[in-house]
Amino acid sequence: MASGHGALERHGNHRRSLGQGIVDWVTDLGEMVLGWIVALGDITVFCGRTLSWLAARLPRRETLMPCLYQIGVLSLPVVALTGTFIGMVLAVQSYSQFKVAHLETRLGAVINMSLVRELGPVLAATMLAGRVGSAMAAELGTMRVTEQIDALSSMGANPIAYLVVPRFLGCLLLIPILTLMADFMGVVGGWFYSTQILGIDNHHYWDNSQRFVSAFDLFGGLCKSMFFGAAIALISCHRGFHCDPGAEGVGRAAYSAFVNSFVVILMLDFVLGISLDKLYFLLWPQGPSFL
Amino acid sequence: MASKPETATDENRPLVGVRQLSVQFGRQNVLRGINLTVPRGQTLALIGESGCGKTVLLKTIIGLVRPTRGEVLFDGANLSSLGDKELTRQRIRFGFLFQQAALFDSMNVEQNVSFPLRQHTEKSPSEIHEIVVKRLEEVGLPEMVMHKKPAELSGGMRKRVGLARALALDPEIMLYDEPTTGLDPIMSDVINELILRTRKRYPVTSIVVTHDMHTARKVADRVVMLFPLAHLKPDDPQIIFDSPPDKLDSCNDKRVTQFVNGEAGERLMEMRDLADSRVR
Repeated sequence: MASGHGALERHGNHRRSLGQGIVDWVTDLGEMVLGWIVALGDITVFCGRTLSWLAARLPRRETLMPCLYQIGVLSLPVVALTGTFIGMVLAVQSYSQFKVAHLETRLGAVINMSLVRELGPVLAATMLAGRVGSAMAAELGTMRVTEQIDALSSMGANPIAYLVVPRFLGCLLLIPILTLMADFMGVVGGWFYSTQILGIDNHHYWDNSQRFVSAFDLFGGLCKSMFFGAAIALISCHRGFHCDPGAEGVGRAAYSAFVNSFVVILMLDFVLGISLDKLYFLLWPQGPSFL
Repeated sequence: MASKPETATDENRPLVGVRQLSVQFGRQNVLRGINLTVPRGQTLALIGESGCGKTVLLKTIIGLVRPTRGEVLFDGANLSSLGDKELTRQRIRFGFLFQQAALFDSMNVEQNVSFPLRQHTEKSPSEIHEIVVKRLEEVGLPEMVMHKKPAELSGGMRKRVGLARALALDPEIMLYDEPTTGLDPIMSDVINELILRTRKRYPVTSIVVTHDMHTARKVADRVVMLFPLAHLKPDDPQIIFDSPPDKLDSCNDKRVTQFVNGEAGERLMEMRDLADSRVR
């Protein structure tokens, strides 16, 4: 009897723990979804406040210039270097396939089109997110933890107007220039490897590039880059402003700024890629012919 | 003629009024039903154990923390109902000395002290420089520290630079968050003297958050003690003492006397109970 009773009790406990487990799982899921909704609402309000302060008052020269220097001037070398290598890598990877089809001279079109439409903007944005975005999140996070942001507010300076707007403007205005630099250096790198190392004819290389790469491709790339720059600045500043206390909190703000920015860059790239393609076919219905 | 009685009313009105204030972070209640008024010119010391909500109350008074319930009136205006721009205008009337001074790392001492002047006045660089020199002089710092970065200063110097920055715009009310914490006894007394001197020099209202009884007794006209909500019953008031500092020693409330005399009291028993429950 006793053993039967024990088995019944165990069975009851098992059912209770299973039921409790499901309740816990649903609760956790609910909390997670709620957390996402709150975070989305929070960053939307943050973006709205940034844009409203941008419209209300432009930042002063002495606050804007250091941001422009940090974001633009100091990022140029690394963007130029990575752009050059990406151009050369594209040449290396594409050459063997194109050679099989005897289309080596079209290499310029592929390299340059990929660079100005996709790789240039995404590469410049990735570099900006890694070099500037995580630094901004760490800097603002440290300011939050050491009460410097509270000190700004207590002195009647709005932290969004003083800290976020100049960084936002810096990223928005300078990322097209960084993208141009990545594009240019990539084109140079791809040309150098294709014509000087692989021995593709210089005239045909440029002729094909000119036929297939249009000003719209360049415009589309630069247009995308501005969305990327705005997203990097807003996400990184938001992470910094909502930094958890302590060294661990600052570290988490820095890496989550990069990871979130990178994910959003790729998502935006996808959405903007489709939108720009639709716009292109709306303007030029016959479309380009590659082969 | 009509403005005269109105001015008189303004002058009689307390500068700060806190009504039924409650602050909650997530599920944690920090302040509950606080009522407090601070008349113009008074220096009030806010004392209590760590975690009882002193700093939160101070930050709610300046609008850095939004109340969950209740309101903070500053010169008759409800701070939590003000928009960004009006709140900014009101905050210029405050000076805030932070616990770790909260100086801007990227700026030197001169840029830190001149920051509010550059933000809110149209003064020329030479006028601003003169004011900075004067403010630094008032807190006993030589002109030669002006080009140093906060990281190059000692704790006491940082606090004094923070005080000079807080006083830059001649505030009507000064809020001090644990001004002597982390300082040696001599530097603590220097800061206490500076608080007293500031009050003599300017007609300023002050709220000093501290758990240093020497500071409370020396600088305050009135002492208010908060008690942590975790150790209170749901209907108990959170303010357990509100009188001039000389009444501290004659207070019959055991919680106040234990704090004033620095006795662990019930906290030791709680620690023992916690250890026992873990063993069980």
